[in-house]
Amino acid sequence: MAKHYGRGIAAVNYPTGMNLGGDPTQALIFCQPTGGFSVKLASTDLGQGLKTVIAQIAAEALGVPFDSVIVDTGDTDSAPHCMGTFASRATHRVGNAVIMAANEARKALMDVAADEMEAAPEDLVLENGEIYVKGAPERKTNVFNVALAAHFKYGKTISGRGIYLKQKSSLDPETGACDPDSTEAHATTVAEVEVDDETGEVKVLRLASAYEVGRQINPEMVKGQIVSGAVMGMSHALMETVFPYYPALDHHTYSFGEYIIPTALDIPEIESVVLEYPSSNGPYGVKGVGEMTANSPIPAIVNAIYDAVGVWVTDLPVTPEKVLRALEEKALEAN
Amino acid sequence: MESITVTFKLNGKTTAVAIEPLESLRTVLREHLHLHATKAGCGQGGCGSCTVLVNAEPVLSCLMLAALADGQEITTLEGIGTAQHMHPLQAAFFDRFAAQCGYCSPGMIMAAKALLDKNPHPTRAEIAEALAGNLCRCTGYVAILDAIEDVVTQMQEA
Repeated sequence: MAKHYGRGIAAVNYPTGMNLGGDPTQALIFCQPTGGFSVKLASTDLGQGLKTVIAQIAAEALGVPFDSVIVDTGDTDSAPHCMGTFASRATHRVGNAVIMAANEARKALMDVAADEMEAAPEDLVLENGEIYVKGAPERKTNVFNVALAAHFKYGKTISGRGIYLKQKSSLDPETGACDPDSTEAHATTVAEVEVDDETGEVKVLRLASAYEVGRQINPEMVKGQIVSGAVMGMSHALMETVFPYYPALDHHTYSFGEYIIPTALDIPEIESVVLEYPSSNGPYGVKGVGEMTANSPIPAIVNAIYDAVGVWVTDLPVTPEKVLRALEEKALEAN
Repeated sequence: MESITVTFKLNGKTTAVAIEPLESLRTVLREHLHLHATKAGCGQGGCGSCTVLVNAEPVLSCLMLAALADGQEITTLEGIGTAQHMHPLQAAFFDRFAAQCGYCSPGMIMAAKALLDKNPHPTRAEIAEALAGNLCRCTGYVAILDAIEDVVTQMQEA
């Protein structure tokens, strides 16, 4: 009876967005008299940080400080249509729609600024909320003054409409070829485990991953997705099931007493590196990095268990009982 | 059932509230006193999102009858810091991106505060042990442990 060390590897290519009957998302941006911009979306922030990255993208595209952008996510009645926050699509789809809306709002802003400053719009520079005449930086104003003038002097709106549509791609009846997604992100995970052949317990010692996710809008939040995905993947691999003997319903779970998810005591060493190869069609080269993070850890752990004790347990989660049954079967076959 | 009045010290202030005898402390905090930092998660003592301090001990407020809080000293997240004047733990969670959806954060911070008040120099393993009753679905815990370790380091340097 002993503990066995094993190491396994797995890789994933993950699509950003989906095909559906076409995959659109809209955004509206408007400027308040204060010079603050509001981005109106129906896209929900589930905690992944969508509002933060969209505010970053809007601020960049508008040319205003991050703090002057509010992202207001309404519901499907009150906000412009979004297909939803799923399929790792939101930063890509919403980001593109917001850039389109920001470009229109920025043009409206610069037209008013041009009237105010008696200059041609193409001669004006907008940087971090400050506006000046190219080559004559002493002739300057700012977004706040222009917004006030637009509202109270010219009676003009500073606003923009945006939409991003991934066109529906139908299957070629001859070849089956199709363009189902917009871009793909990639990852590889190496798992190190320790398997106790007496109890059947699997302990994940380390999860090391490399991620290629296009341009990172917010690297700390990308890291957050990767770390949490590693733990969630480990959890799918080893712990989580509603019906442990499905299709039999015996011992189904009622509470967190039986439905086991990792606690702070179960966390392996987690390491990751991120490579940035910008996509051709994402906002600033973005790809999706949400769901994929819980993918490659699972087969990597299953492979590491095989490496450790020579049994394949492919029915998830890999519970101690399944490991012991597989080891017993292997011993019977050997005799 | 007739309502009863309980009196406790809540975030440093003596508070009297009329409650139904079988109401939980969590319900009284959230629904009678409108203190919503304390979260309603599983309601079965399984997730830790309702953790508050009762006489400096971390307690699952969903499992404690509010009537038993009579005469006790209760601390919720609202009592330790504000957005303008964050408690060092709140600031560290903020700096370390230690929240995604944020639903577990108040309970995590209260459990961590209970630990640090008793043991200002815990190891990472001791921190993990103290948080073992608080579930988090989003972060993978690493950033949370990092944040609390930051506070331990700050206290050592201070």
